[in-house]
Amino acid sequence: MKARALYDKLAPTLIPILLTLVSGTIILLLAGANPLEAYGNIITGALGNPRKLADVAVAVVPLLLCSAGMLITFAAGLWNIGVEGQMVAGALSTTWLILSVPAPAYIILPLSVLAGMAGGAVWGLLIGTLRAYGRVNEIFAGLGLNFVAMALTNYLIFGPWKPPDGATMSGTDPFPPSSWMPILGNTRSSLVAFLLALAAIVIVYILLRDTSWGLRLKAIGLNAQAADRLGINTSRNMLLAFAACGAFAGLAGSLQTTAVYHRLIPQISGGIGYLSQLVVLLSGLRAQWVPLVVLFFSIIQVGSPRLELRMQLDSALGGVLQSSVVLFFLLVRGFRQRAARKRAERPLASEQSAAEKGEAHA
Amino acid sequence: MKIELTHIKKQFGAVRANDDVSLVIESGSIHGLLGENGAGKTTLMKVLSGYLLADAGQMSLDARPARFASPAEAIRAGIGMLHQDPLDIPALTVLDNFVLGSGGGLAQKRVAARQELRRQCQRFGFDLDPDALCNTLTVGERQQLEIVRLLAQGVRVLILDEPTTGISAPQKALLFETLHKLADEGLSVIFVSHKLEEVEQLCSRVTVLRQGRVVGEMPAPLDTDRLVQLMFGQCLTSATRPSLELGQVTLELQQASVHTYRLTLESISLTVRRGEVMGLAGLEGSGQRLFMQACAGIQRLASGRLMIDEQDMTHQSYCHFLDKGVAFVPAARLEEGMVPGLQIREHVALTRDGHGFFMHWPQVDEQTRAMIQEYNIVGRPETMVQELSGGNQQRALLALLPRHLRLLILEHPTRGLDIESSRWVWNRLAERRREGTAILFTSTDLNELVENSDRLLVFAAGKVSAPLPAHTTTCEELGYLIGGKGV
Repeated sequence: MKARALYDKLAPTLIPILLTLVSGTIILLLAGANPLEAYGNIITGALGNPRKLADVAVAVVPLLLCSAGMLITFAAGLWNIGVEGQMVAGALSTTWLILSVPAPAYIILPLSVLAGMAGGAVWGLLIGTLRAYGRVNEIFAGLGLNFVAMALTNYLIFGPWKPPDGATMSGTDPFPPSSWMPILGNTRSSLVAFLLALAAIVIVYILLRDTSWGLRLKAIGLNAQAADRLGINTSRNMLLAFAACGAFAGLAGSLQTTAVYHRLIPQISGGIGYLSQLVVLLSGLRAQWVPLVVLFFSIIQVGSPRLELRMQLDSALGGVLQSSVVLFFLLVRGFRQRAARKRAERPLASEQSAAEKGEAHA
Repeated sequence: MKIELTHIKKQFGAVRANDDVSLVIESGSIHGLLGENGAGKTTLMKVLSGYLLADAGQMSLDARPARFASPAEAIRAGIGMLHQDPLDIPALTVLDNFVLGSGGGLAQKRVAARQELRRQCQRFGFDLDPDALCNTLTVGERQQLEIVRLLAQGVRVLILDEPTTGISAPQKALLFETLHKLADEGLSVIFVSHKLEEVEQLCSRVTVLRQGRVVGEMPAPLDTDRLVQLMFGQCLTSATRPSLELGQVTLELQQASVHTYRLTLESISLTVRRGEVMGLAGLEGSGQRLFMQACAGIQRLASGRLMIDEQDMTHQSYCHFLDKGVAFVPAARLEEGMVPGLQIREHVALTRDGHGFFMHWPQVDEQTRAMIQEYNIVGRPETMVQELSGGNQQRALLALLPRHLRLLILEHPTRGLDIESSRWVWNRLAERRREGTAILFTSTDLNELVENSDRLLVFAAGKVSAPLPAHTTTCEELGYLIGGKGV
């Protein structure tokens, strides 16, 4: 019985990972590569030396921030596809601040964090307003605004914010060093950014578990109509959820400019918003599992370019592994739910057939 | 086609929707199936037409046993059902909908289908434009489309579930004419309704269902008094009710109108006073729910005004009504009233003020335990609300209401409760009433309406009667009014 309980607890995570390894192995074999060597390369590519480890930390920051935000909107039952746009908005507002306000580091850095959060929150509010008052499905609102944010970035890079010696795809001129987040030693990792991301996930965890607001969001997510009848202002709380998620995503965008690229680049969000969707799904919407999943995804992300260098494989394989683990997770969950339903129905069915037999005898 | 249903049983959770129902329908007849909402008519017809699988019992068509796993199978066997809400696809054209479900290969024979549609329409005098989009059609026209679609698929038994709701008088006349024509051609028509008048007009034989059982059957000509009695059961003599001095006006409606796709309420003017209990009678879907939702701000008024304690609340949302002391208790407890997946104490935390940003669970638990004791709920603070029994869910819903209310609106406050729980609910409501809360409620139980109300409103197809004094109204009179017949 105990073994059964342990199996029930671990199966939803372990089976998908196993299936991912199997399918990844098949793909690698088809590509004519040695699977063990490939997996080894990913791991050493990510964890092989302190510099690589620092790179993993760099990858963790935006993904953890976006996932933290996404947990809030998921709790309220909202599909927030617009995290990409919220991240971009945070990067834009930060860039605007840095380009227009010359100030020493101890002023500009805290301000840049706030500007990023504000920018993302405003973008989130925009989606929320369309959803709550314009009756636009949040998926379409978010997706549409992602493209708007992208177009706005390109316009600014090739227009008002273009470098004096002509615009290029590499983005704006580098920011003044006073607006660079301090870096750890000779790595590319910023301790401040890392701590902010860790703080974010802890805050969201507490928010959803211990606060009255978190409870209200959960109620809305589980049954919006009943939540309304219980006296919860669903529209306002949905707006707030979007704003809060936007603030975290905006911070992610902001830190990408101040701690990683030190400039605004066209693809500043880099698909991290979409990836965070997968992270949150794989965590089963539980905040405590998110850091682990983020770490796992970041290792694959940092490690897989080595496949290209060492084995002449395409580094997109990392993305394949990330997505297939989520797919298998959802698949296994679906199968297990169906099996559980069948188990619940079976006693009734057998009772009924017994009754029918009894009638036949009579 | 002759249909025989024997010992059909169908249970949903604890509710026995069909409890050993046996029924014979002769071919070439129009057979009425009469009963209140929740009597099990629709369930029985869904079993017959393959939408639901019976838990037990047999069906036979022309003495051959039959069992349908899907509506498609039932249609192939010749049984088609017209639902209360037409099951068409609004975004497609009439012709597309007509072709749907008729099978055939990849290449549809649209020209032939168009001709067939025209032929069927001519036969019954329907005027359907094949190229019109379905969502531009009236309910009556969509019904006509559904009829010709099923006939084109060769059904020999046509089931109509409350077909006259939401259609115009000429459409109704045409529908009845069509049904007579079909019966004359040898088809069996099953007419499900709660409207006495229509059943009398149309059916050659009527079966009455109540609480999932067949309680009577009658050939034409029909005895209305007997039918009313069968539908609603025996009337008990009403208990004496403490009369209360009614206070000031709490709720005032001034020419309020509500419009929805299916139903409109036109220009209702009404006042309800402090401490008054207003019972809303009528068969389900006659507008009571819409009316109550409008009174709670859940449904917007199309025109007119709504005042609570002389303050204009027109176009405010339910949140504001709740702040003003107006609460709505829905009948769908787990769908609309509470949040499945949350515990009782979490519901308490959501509805009781006085908690800061951070939850203080020991305090909430204490409140919840006090509430559980006061309201006699079988459950613990950590019990998920969906694990509570129906009666305990209702107790919890009442317990979660704000302490002081000006107006309490309840949809079927005792549905599914045993006598003991029902009495308990009404005692609670009487307490509220003594505090000056005005109460609006609906019920399908005539005794409950007559016993507990000060005044009654009768709803029939969106029409509202003038308020009747409850103490001079008998169950029989109410039954007639509900059945759409004036006294």
